[in-house]
Amino acid sequence: MATKHIIVDPITRIEGHLRIEAVIDENNVITDAFASSTMFRGIETILKGRDPRDAGLLAMRICGVCTGTHYQRSIEAVEDAFKLTIPKNARLVRNLIQGALYVHDHVVHFYHLHALDWVDITGALKADPKLAAAEALKWCDTPHGAGEGDLRAIQERVGKFVKQGRLGIFSNAYWGNKNYKLTPEQNLIAVAHYLQALDMQRDMAKMMAIFGGKMPHPQSLVVGGITCVQDIQNPARIAEYKSLLNKARNFVKNAYLVDVLMAGTVYADEALDGTGAGLKNFMSYGDFKLDDTGFYNASQLFPSGVVLNGDLSKLYPLDQTKITEDVSHAWYEGASDKGLHPYDGVTNPKYTGLEKKEDGYAYLKTKEKYSWIKSPLYDDTRMEVGPLARLVVGLAAGDANFTKYATGFLTKLGKTLGLPTAAPASVIFSTVGRTAARAIETELMADVMMGWVDELAANVASGDVSTWREFDFDKVSKNARGFGMAEAPRGGLGHWIVIKDGKIENYQTVVPSTWNAAPRDYKDRKGAYESALVGTKVANPEQPLEILRTVHSFDPCIACAVHIVDTKGKELSSFKVNTSCAV
Amino acid sequence: MIESREALATMFSAKGSKVNTNRGAEYYDSLMKTMTKRLEELEKSPAATKTSIKSVLEAEGLTRRDFMKWASAACAALMLPSNFTPLIAKAAELMNRIPVIWIELQDCAGNSEAILRSDAPTIDELILETISLEFHETLMAAAGHQAETHLDEAMETFKGKYLCVVEGAIPLAMDGLYGTIGAKAETFKDHLLRVAKDSAAVVAVGTCATFGGVPAASPNPTGAVGVQDVVRGKAIINIPACPANPANITGTILHFVLSGQIPELDHLNRPKFAFGYRIHDNCERRAHFDAGEFVEEWGDQGAQNNFCLYKMGCKGPMTYNNCSIVRYNSGTNWPIGAGHGCIGCSEPQFWDKYAQERPMSDTHFKAPGGGVEKTVDEFGLGILTVAGIGIGIHAAASVIAGNKEGDK
Repeated sequence: MATKHIIVDPITRIEGHLRIEAVIDENNVITDAFASSTMFRGIETILKGRDPRDAGLLAMRICGVCTGTHYQRSIEAVEDAFKLTIPKNARLVRNLIQGALYVHDHVVHFYHLHALDWVDITGALKADPKLAAAEALKWCDTPHGAGEGDLRAIQERVGKFVKQGRLGIFSNAYWGNKNYKLTPEQNLIAVAHYLQALDMQRDMAKMMAIFGGKMPHPQSLVVGGITCVQDIQNPARIAEYKSLLNKARNFVKNAYLVDVLMAGTVYADEALDGTGAGLKNFMSYGDFKLDDTGFYNASQLFPSGVVLNGDLSKLYPLDQTKITEDVSHAWYEGASDKGLHPYDGVTNPKYTGLEKKEDGYAYLKTKEKYSWIKSPLYDDTRMEVGPLARLVVGLAAGDANFTKYATGFLTKLGKTLGLPTAAPASVIFSTVGRTAARAIETELMADVMMGWVDELAANVASGDVSTWREFDFDKVSKNARGFGMAEAPRGGLGHWIVIKDGKIENYQTVVPSTWNAAPRDYKDRKGAYESALVGTKVANPEQPLEILRTVHSFDPCIACAVHIVDTKGKELSSFKVNTSCAV
Repeated sequence: MIESREALATMFSAKGSKVNTNRGAEYYDSLMKTMTKRLEELEKSPAATKTSIKSVLEAEGLTRRDFMKWASAACAALMLPSNFTPLIAKAAELMNRIPVIWIELQDCAGNSEAILRSDAPTIDELILETISLEFHETLMAAAGHQAETHLDEAMETFKGKYLCVVEGAIPLAMDGLYGTIGAKAETFKDHLLRVAKDSAAVVAVGTCATFGGVPAASPNPTGAVGVQDVVRGKAIINIPACPANPANITGTILHFVLSGQIPELDHLNRPKFAFGYRIHDNCERRAHFDAGEFVEEWGDQGAQNNFCLYKMGCKGPMTYNNCSIVRYNSGTNWPIGAGHGCIGCSEPQFWDKYAQERPMSDTHFKAPGGGVEKTVDEFGLGILTVAGIGIGIHAAASVIAGNKEGDK
């Protein structure tokens, strides 16, 4: 009986408030894990009764990170309900804003939110900049900003931070943990790119601001189209976008992808043994419309579908009617079964709290309810969503793009590992693989977007400046319902809306972190995080680095995942407990 | 609590405040003396971090000239005469004397994200980096107990000296249990009170932290409120907008370093240097408003010619903020530039009042606190109502708006 129960709260370097509790046995192997979101806002309730044309602006504030995605999904749900097909310019501009978000988000995630799980900043100080420059050339013929001089300057800068004794936001991490495996030189290259990426991402955000007005929280989409007419009419604007994209693309190819290859090689044992594989059931809603045939007809850059048990030979078509949300272990009232479809979702908060123990800490009541996130099911099965799911679904669908980019990466990995062939595709079923899938997708995205910019410029030059599809609001909004289902950088993101007499009658979102960060379901099956954590060995339970690694590999975005909907119009104030301040 | 929300609403319908940009030589001379003295004292106090903006700039390859250019712009942004520029530069160098503890509550991380993208050539961001972001959940490397220990240590070390920056609202319903943090499951309210207690001042960043924002939108399911409804007995500075413009955050901190005091605030505790004017006053499309040229529907001829967006629901005339001057993402663009009206995101309760794509006069908005539809007159400012009566008399409306400003 030497099990330990550890709590990691707050999980930092994520968006939102997340707690992880894990049970560790005498060999320091995680035998059980629980994920809980500890914050609730009630955005879906707030949306009810509003004009559906304004929903996108508010729904966007669900999250400041995949901000534009919520905006677009919400507007698409309304467009689907009104049966509108937007003009070509609008489709291309939305793809370009969204695509830029992918590139931006994935780079920021890897370097600023995830890299410190793999890279030891203090290790970089021991590096010889000359050897590090040579090391960088081993992984890439044209490494980004990793010449001896660049690296020496970076090392001096980091050295100053460390010498002060106060590292600010770098302080008190798990530095020196023996599960950091990069050499000092490799650490230095990655730290250099960490700092350079801070600059790069600013330019990537500018891409979104060109057509979106600002970032985060862009403001140029409306039901029926887009508003940024002057930005698409001005060739200089489009050229500016393209030049920023090209710069971003070079960084992705010569820094991001290379660093992931380097980390993937060093941590290959964890990829090969499948550490952090988790559920192995994958789902993609599909995204990026490539033609103007309208909702759920258009061909898509990312195919939709479902893959079960990691079996790439079988792809199941996606059917949104099979999605339900179970509340057995979430702080809401409801029966203990697979739950209801989003159109019909009934959700009333029922907070049962944590259990304060004698040690002063509060523990999740894991046998009962323990999170603000519901447990979504697809056809009564737990699913993982995200870049890895998109890659797996893309490969199962035989998609040419995914196959090409994944094969390219696995071939390089095979070479760096000294294998006679490409690395086996099974390595993607791991924490390392999840991180690699995100990088592979970023390269694909950046390449494809170059074509979209040209397509937009050519279309406008041909004289098409149409940006909005007219509709008669009073007529179409009498009685309608629709859904906006596509991908966000973190995975499948869907908004469902029911409209009556020009107002929102019901609203529900099922988003990436609902799928991934959910608690147990009614059959006591684990959620994606929980499942991915079990079986992982923790080198030092006082420094649960491995937990962070796996949780971060999903790119948690918890604010998105927590909402409530209440179709019965019941006042939430009836759930108040001894309070006088709720309105 | 309800009283204070109503008080806010009353305050909001009061006449706007205008900034006095020229207060006379005597005022500025005395201000200069106070600030110089303050900086001398600060210089003697130990630094929170040994990194100085000087060394960081060097490491970044930025010249003194770049820095002075920034200082001069910051000086103008703070509405100080140009002879204050050297003081501003000095203050930036001494910013590491003022540690910042940044906490996230009921938020979407949008303000943190905005900081990550602050102005080129990265000086605002560098400054924030230099002043030691002691605790910033989205970015920090430490997690769990280590993160908490680090927070406790920073609070102890810099007792009474640090600025507490807050992002996100505070849910008060259900005893505050809609948001908890840490292994002991401290509520957001208790967390905020604990961190704010020994701070020098509290800076509420973004509309959620200032006025409750998104979670506080009707029917406010979690009883969310802003910092000023929770923290008492502390100087509170509100920097609203969704997200807050990073330039305004840096400006406020800079002012604090300069004077040891909070900047001059309007009736909603917003710094006047940033919130002293309406979007409408400096809008690039203002001439079209005055000329009566409006976008009538999305994507029409008017839209192609960048006409005024008032009839598409632009709330620039009701909204106090400096977006039209500072813009976003290093000046790349701003909502009106991208052809969409302003949604009034720096004003209290804007989700229930302003965030619609139609003018106030013909909108069906969800009235705060209940299902009853209320008319514009019950909510709107005098000017807006006048403008809302009919765009046909836009010229008259402009004149009246001008008078309103003048008769302050």
